[in-house]
Amino acid sequence: MNGSRIRPVIIKEFRQIRRDRRTLGVLVLVPAFLLIMYGYALNLDVQHMPTGVYDADRTPASRAFIERFFTSETSEFFYRSHTVTHPSEIETLLMSGEAALVLVVPAGFSETRRRGERPQVQVLVDGVMSSTASTAIGYVEGVFRQETIEILQRQYGRNASLPVVFEPRVWYNPEMRSALFLIPGLIAFILMIITVVATSLSIVRERELGSMEQLMVSPLTPGEMILGKLTPYALISMAATVLVLAAGGLLFDMPMRGSYALLALATFIYLLGALGLGLVVSTMVKSQEVAFLLASLITLLPTFILSGFVFPISNMPVVIQAVTYVVPARYFLTMLRGIMLKGVGLEAFGRELFLLTVFAGAMLGIGALRLKKILG
Amino acid sequence: MLALDVQHLTRSFGRFQAVDDVSFRVGPGEIFGFLGANGAGKSTTIRMLCGLLAPTSGRALVNGIDVGRRPEEVKKSIGYMSQRFSLYQDLTVAENLRFFGQAYGLAGRPLRERMQWVVETVGLAGVENRLTAGLSAGWKQRLALGCAVLHEPRIVFLDEPTGGVDPVARRRFWALIRDLAARGITVLVTTHYLDEAEYCEHIVLMQSGRVIADGSPHELKTRCLGGSLFEIITDDPVSTMEHFQREPETLGVSLFGVRLHVGVRHTDPDAARAWLEDRLRAYGSVASYVAPIVPSLEDVFIHLVEDRAGEAT
Repeated sequence: MNGSRIRPVIIKEFRQIRRDRRTLGVLVLVPAFLLIMYGYALNLDVQHMPTGVYDADRTPASRAFIERFFTSETSEFFYRSHTVTHPSEIETLLMSGEAALVLVVPAGFSETRRRGERPQVQVLVDGVMSSTASTAIGYVEGVFRQETIEILQRQYGRNASLPVVFEPRVWYNPEMRSALFLIPGLIAFILMIITVVATSLSIVRERELGSMEQLMVSPLTPGEMILGKLTPYALISMAATVLVLAAGGLLFDMPMRGSYALLALATFIYLLGALGLGLVVSTMVKSQEVAFLLASLITLLPTFILSGFVFPISNMPVVIQAVTYVVPARYFLTMLRGIMLKGVGLEAFGRELFLLTVFAGAMLGIGALRLKKILG
Repeated sequence: MLALDVQHLTRSFGRFQAVDDVSFRVGPGEIFGFLGANGAGKSTTIRMLCGLLAPTSGRALVNGIDVGRRPEEVKKSIGYMSQRFSLYQDLTVAENLRFFGQAYGLAGRPLRERMQWVVETVGLAGVENRLTAGLSAGWKQRLALGCAVLHEPRIVFLDEPTGGVDPVARRRFWALIRDLAARGITVLVTTHYLDEAEYCEHIVLMQSGRVIADGSPHELKTRCLGGSLFEIITDDPVSTMEHFQREPETLGVSLFGVRLHVGVRHTDPDAARAWLEDRLRAYGSVASYVAPIVPSLEDVFIHLVEDRAGEAT
């Protein structure tokens, strides 16, 4: 290794990247762009559900009960989209998807209640989107619980309460915004794809053009050449990371509760792994087209599906869970969420950092060995 | 010290012997032509001489250094220009020169001086800041040569450097090669063009991984045929040709229009002429012209390659 020979390779690579505006744009702007796209589109929050109301009782009590769903507190979840006058309309509303749920207050609601019996209220929910439906049911139960407490208080005095009180406190993401959960995943996803694709393309291009051969007859060693070619991409990916983090903070109020140094360290090691993977890809193919395909294939799906980005790993079948151990995004994601949302340090994810380092070392080692063999 | 001293160099890929017991020597400042058909083993030999490929056996001293043992040291003292244009199309002429200079450890003032020298010598003045992609094939070829000699190598390997350029550019390129050789740089060049081989001081011809001829163009023409070549014009060239083909004394006969080229086993031209005239009389052919000629390299190579092919079958 000779620094004075690595430097010209780095400068040359930067010059080429600068002249190739498309690649530069892809490397720097696409990550932030993808974050904005996915950040707004990938929203798992359930809000403003259109709600149909069928009030067969039509009494002040039934109207007061129905109003509970549309107060200023609950209006975030439900809005009254339809007022049903005949039961036959209910199915049409749900079938067409115009309403996500329909509230049915039966005739005799207030009469039953006055007698001290239990009136029944029906809530019909469109269950096609199962996660939306279960969230809706959760909100509905909240409204019912509040109603129950108030009835008890009217009967037994202001201090009356349920026998066991359930008081959830959600930490780290109290508003349970899915953006906070998804953005670390997006960062891991975007960095992996961009870095692997760019690295593999840049090396395969030199092999395709024959300039690699010209380098190999010079005193440049394969190690110097690899280091010189990877450094610019590492720096650019780091810059893209800063942009993505800034976009996350500005547009999605992504908090940053932990140490920036730790975040930089974790990102750097993650990027080394991605660079190594790019290197390995470049030794397996001969043309830029195939390199692009292979690089996208091995990064896109695993990082999206097997990292815990959207789907919790603990819900997966055991075999697939085993596969997730070789997906580096899995470890990076745990660390990102830990640092950004929880503000925890190394004590919480020493294992993840270690495994990420192992992955980076293995990829860089295999890539460098294979490339040396091909070039020699 | 010899520029190249190749001794029993062999390289096999599996059971295939790409280079088979090849030996030759090249003196400093020589223009050395390395010839042979595609797949004859030229490129594999060059790759070994440049330290890109380790020999299976034998050894090669490049500028006195054993390339099989110390390839990194050899790389510093050689220049290489490949058959494909392999510089960076998206860099300017000056950026390409600077990059390759730096890759060989040049920097600062010596680098600037060498770049200036290359720009003047290979004739790139005025295009230093143009992107390489926009240059014509002839310019690119001179730039590639410039990059190969920038670090003052004692020997340059030019692997089919003149493919795809026009005859004027080819001629200019060869003037450059002679210029470099005059400065003491050894030039090893592979080519398909036999007229280019005539420019070389020393030629090695390879076939199927072996050296089948080694010498100056003049030596090859006079020696390798193993006899002498005559041109004959007769009243009946076709039947005369058929008669000569049956003679065991004949090395080869070929018809060029009305002219017959006949190779005769006698190395003494007078004895050969006497034998030819005697035979012509015996066939009853009336020859209006019988004269010895110097064979072209093409005659020699066709003869050598056919000879080998004959032995092999």
